[in-house]
Amino acid sequence: MNWRRLPTDFPHKMADIALRDETSSDARLLADRAQTTRRASAGDKRFHFLTWLAAALLLLLFAGVIISLVIGSIPAVREFGWSFLTTERWSPSRERFGALASIYGTLVTSLLAMLVAVPVGIGIAIFLTELCPRFLRRPIGIAIELLAGIPSIIYGIWGLFVFAPWFQEHVQLPVIDSLVDVPVLGSLFGGTPYGIGIITAGLILSIMILPFISAVTRDVFETVPAMLKEATYGLGCTTWEVMWRVVLPYARSGVVGGAMLALGRALGETMAVTFVIGNAHRIAPSLFAPGTTISATIANEFAEATSEIYTSSLIYLGLILFFITFIVLASAQLMLRSLEQRAGK
Amino acid sequence: MVINPVLYARRRAANAIFIALSISAAIFGLIWLGFILGALLKDGVAALSPTLFTEATPPPGSEGGLSNAILGSVMMSLVAVIVGTPIGVFAATYLAEYGKHTRFAFVVRFVNDILLSAPSIVTGLFIYEMLVKPMGHFSAWAGAAALTVIVIPVVVRTTENMLLLVPNGLREAASALGAPTSYLIRRVTWKAAQAGIVTGVLLAVARISGETAPLLFTALNNQFMTTNFNGPMASLPTVIYQYALSPYEDWHRLAWAAALLVTATVLTLSILARMLENKQRN
Repeated sequence: MNWRRLPTDFPHKMADIALRDETSSDARLLADRAQTTRRASAGDKRFHFLTWLAAALLLLLFAGVIISLVIGSIPAVREFGWSFLTTERWSPSRERFGALASIYGTLVTSLLAMLVAVPVGIGIAIFLTELCPRFLRRPIGIAIELLAGIPSIIYGIWGLFVFAPWFQEHVQLPVIDSLVDVPVLGSLFGGTPYGIGIITAGLILSIMILPFISAVTRDVFETVPAMLKEATYGLGCTTWEVMWRVVLPYARSGVVGGAMLALGRALGETMAVTFVIGNAHRIAPSLFAPGTTISATIANEFAEATSEIYTSSLIYLGLILFFITFIVLASAQLMLRSLEQRAGK
Repeated sequence: MVINPVLYARRRAANAIFIALSISAAIFGLIWLGFILGALLKDGVAALSPTLFTEATPPPGSEGGLSNAILGSVMMSLVAVIVGTPIGVFAATYLAEYGKHTRFAFVVRFVNDILLSAPSIVTGLFIYEMLVKPMGHFSAWAGAAALTVIVIPVVVRTTENMLLLVPNGLREAASALGAPTSYLIRRVTWKAAQAGIVTGVLLAVARISGETAPLLFTALNNQFMTTNFNGPMASLPTVIYQYALSPYEDWHRLAWAAALLVTATVLTLSILARMLENKQRN
């Protein structure tokens, strides 16, 4: 009997042995049983080891990502050190590189995206769990989940061809005109209306993470025990009071965890941003000005980077991005885990 | 009962404002998403034609299709799924059946969730360092490897959840008959979770069919029809990227057509996956 054949006749054999064992002392049968058990246990160990190997491979992948990024960025780290993080200038022709403009763009676009997407996303989740007529609840819920899966490049191409021209004509022009003499806002929303820029990228990002935030928040809201809500309604509270005083506090860590997951996506998002940010390595006071993000810089320049220090600087950027998103995603995991544990109790 | 009319009016007003805000948030969000799908349909359908599937991507100014990009996407995704699925299913089996609450399993689960949402462009850099640089040139193998790195965590997450749905009674019954654990897992647990495992694979394919960033500097792009995995290969997402950013009107049209194809694929796969998942849960 070999391992490959085991699946077909194995149970019969085991049952055979189990049934006849008590009444028979046939030596051949006993030997057969010993052999079968040994084979099975050897096969068992092999299988266990294989699954363990696959699990260990995941850790290896993760370690591989970090190690390869670290090794790839060594030349740039040697050359620029920590000042890489605080230098704005990015000049491939002179081989002087600094990450500050990219880091600034990454953080500001993600922040803008969160500012828009978190309140709207929570609003959609509240609408879906409390206000929406029952027959619409499932279709809208499914639509939002499906939209969460649309690839980011689709948002990018839409942003470039449809949103940016519209935004330039109907938002940027009037806003720049009306704010030109206002002290702070004038510089924050000033300059040339290119259509593409930091704020456009932030808005596209917010549309992209919106379905994701809504779906996660809705799922979290649904873990709130109906009895808690009913008791609050029974006291005569309004929908707003039920949501604000009971549902949101109960689901807080889940909502924050979901928002952090979305932030992780926004920070690392490449395609939705690359199309509409304008790829300018400078920190302009105006949100309308073109900028760049870490991922957009890498996507734009990596294939064209010829010198070793150029490539290495881009990988150094990748390492910084991985570090930032790791922190955000890890804290999101921990928050969602604690919620899961509470729900499991 | 005494009602404080001022307080009551204020509470009702607050509630009305809140409901109005929440409904307008829903409308606002759904309108944008509707706009995107609308533009995609309008510009994408206008660019659809049978030659998309029969001709390769053209130089600017001439007619052509997307056949090389479609073939490239299908081939690289296929390799990624063939390599990634067994690894993912085995790792998930370890987590659900063997590791369970051990510290090692906890760490693997944590790392998997990080890999699941880590920026995909970093995956591209990783594969560049591991494969492209040592090999000295861009290749479809590298592209497929980058996609594999994205497939594995998706399969692990879904499969583990689905294995956990299998009732323990089934496992106990098989054990009671004397089946060894490995036999029990392959013949009972996997079989019971079949639809769920397929769901994970479909979700993984949906995920990679739109991934652009990891392909940009692994598989690069290719103007011509090729099945050679040792050289650069075109894919739909990279064609969208390159053509949309070009100044040529007919390239833009092809980019929209490719975008429509990608979206249709992703939505179809997600709907299929959702149907299978419901089947598994019942």
